[in-house]
Amino acid sequence: MTKRFWNEYQKEIADDHFFYERSCIRQTFFPGSETAFLRIMREELHKDIRDEANQHTCTGIGYHSDFVPLETTMTVVARLFSLMTEAGYTNYVPSCVTSFGIFSEMLEMWKEDPALLEQTRQYLRKATGREFEVPTNLVHPSDIIYKFREELKQNMKYQLVNRFTGKPLKVVEHVGCHYAKIFPEQGIGKSEFPHVLAGMIESWGGEVVDYPERRHCCGFGFRHYLLQENRGYSVANSKKKFESMEPYEPDFIVCNCPGCTMFMDKWQYTIAEMENKTYDRDGYGIPVLTYEEMAGLLLGYNPWELGLQIHQVQSEKLMDKIGIKYDPDEKYRGVNGKILPKPHKPSFLKQ
Amino acid sequence: MGNLYNLLSQDSRFNGALKACMNCGICTAICPAAEFFDYDPRRICDTVQRKDENAIEELMRSEVIWACGQCLSCKARCPRGNAPGEIILILRKYAQQLGYFNEHIKEQQRRMAAVQGNNILQTGYCVHPDLVTPEMHPEQGPIWEWYVENIIDIAPKLGANYHGEGPGALREIHQKNLEEIRKIYEVTGGMDLHHLLLED
Repeated sequence: MTKRFWNEYQKEIADDHFFYERSCIRQTFFPGSETAFLRIMREELHKDIRDEANQHTCTGIGYHSDFVPLETTMTVVARLFSLMTEAGYTNYVPSCVTSFGIFSEMLEMWKEDPALLEQTRQYLRKATGREFEVPTNLVHPSDIIYKFREELKQNMKYQLVNRFTGKPLKVVEHVGCHYAKIFPEQGIGKSEFPHVLAGMIESWGGEVVDYPERRHCCGFGFRHYLLQENRGYSVANSKKKFESMEPYEPDFIVCNCPGCTMFMDKWQYTIAEMENKTYDRDGYGIPVLTYEEMAGLLLGYNPWELGLQIHQVQSEKLMDKIGIKYDPDEKYRGVNGKILPKPHKPSFLKQ
Repeated sequence: MGNLYNLLSQDSRFNGALKACMNCGICTAICPAAEFFDYDPRRICDTVQRKDENAIEELMRSEVIWACGQCLSCKARCPRGNAPGEIILILRKYAQQLGYFNEHIKEQQRRMAAVQGNNILQTGYCVHPDLVTPEMHPEQGPIWEWYVENIIDIAPKLGANYHGEGPGALREIHQKNLEEIRKIYEVTGGMDLHHLLLED
C-alpha cells in the first residue's frame, strides 16, 4: 500500500469569518482569480469574508530583494493585522504566497522572541497610533479551498476528466516555495509532499503528475526577476521544470502562488520565441491556471470573467477536453460587451 | 577580531538561521542559484560559522551573496534546521549598511529602490499593472501588452476596481493609508535604507 506522507500532518484551518488580504501580484496578473475566490467563499460555501479597502502591500518583495528592512516589513504586517483587529476578525487569509511566508515568519519570530513583538507594537503605535492582535488562524486561500473541496465538488458542473477518452486529466501541481518551505508545518502535507493542490486535483477527478522537478522553484528569485539583466535565472529555472514534466504530457499546470502562475505562463512564451520550442505536442504550450481558475471553471463560471484570456498560453483546448461551454465571441470583449482589438499573435507559440 | 561575526549575530534572525552546519551540502545540491551561478550556500554557512573575519568581510564584499534567489528550499531541506537563505538576508543587510557592495550591485539596488521601492511608497503596491510596462517587460508577451492597453475595459469584467475607490483588486489606495506606511518607514529605518540606496 502506498504510504501517504501528507496524511501525517494536517494543519488547522478555521471554518468561517475570514479577513482577506489581496496580493499585489495576483491583483496585477490574475484579478479575476481573487474575484472568483470571494465568489466561491460567499456564494458556494456561504462564508463570511472581509475585503478591506484600506489594505496594502506587505512589502514582502522588497524584503526578499533587500530594499525594505525587516523591522519595516514587520511593522507594515502589524498594520495589516491592526486592520483585521479593527474589523473584528481573527482569521487572516493572505492571497499571496510570498505574503503567507512573510506572515508565517513574523508570527514565528514574535513567538520565539516576545520582546520583538513588543518592539513592533511600539513602532506601530509611534508611527500610526494603532494597536493589533496576532491572528489566531493564518491560512492561505488554497488551504480553505482544499478544506472544502468535497463540498465544492457537489456544486461542480464539470470534472477534471477528458471527455473524449474518459480518462482523468494529467495535472502538474506547482506549490509556491514560500507556502511550506520556510515553515513546513504551515503547509498541508508539509514541504516535501504538499497535498494542498494535489488534494483538489484528486477530489475533482484529475490525476497528479509526479515528475522529478516537482518541488523545484519556478525561478522568481525576487531581485533576479525585478532586474531585467538577471531574468535569465528566472527563465532557466522554469525551463528546467518544463523539460522535466514534458515526457508526462500534462494537460495543464495549476499553482497556488500568483508569481509562479505568471512565470510558468510567460516563460513558455519566452522560450518559444527564443528557441522555437513548446512543451506540448501541438505547439500551443501547457495552460497554467491558478487554483481559483481551476475551481471556477469546474463550477461553471464564465472563463472570460475568470480572466483566462489574459494568460499568454490559451486554454480553449483544455476547456474543450473537459467539455466546458464558452462563447468564443466574448473573449475579446470588454465590460458591457465593448468590442476590443485583438492582441498580436506570437511568432511561434500558437494561440 | 570578531566584530563582523558579532554584528551578524545581533540580527534577530541569526540564531534561527545558523545553528551548527555540518557541511553536508544538501542545501547546495537543491539550490536553484547554485545551478545557475557560481554560488554555494554550504560555503556561506561554513564561512560565517568559522568566524574568520577576513573571510566574512571578503564574502560580504563579493557578488556571491547577491546570487541567492530567496526560494528558501535550503531551509526546508537542511537536516540541522539551518537557513542559508536567511543568513544571506543578514549578510546583505550589513553589506548595504557598511557600504561593502560594489558599484554593480549598488546600481542594481538603487534601481529597485527607485522603481519598486518608490512604487510601494507612492501607490501602496509592490507590483501593479501600471508598473509592468511592455517596453521593460518584453517577456510578458503580446497578450500582456493587449491587457494593459485595454485595462480600463477588461479589468471591470474580471471584477477589479482599477484605480477606483473602496475595496477590490487594483483599487486606488487612499492617501491616509500611504501616509501611515510612510510613517512606519520613518520610524523603523525603512526610509533611511530607501534614501541610502537612492544615493549616487
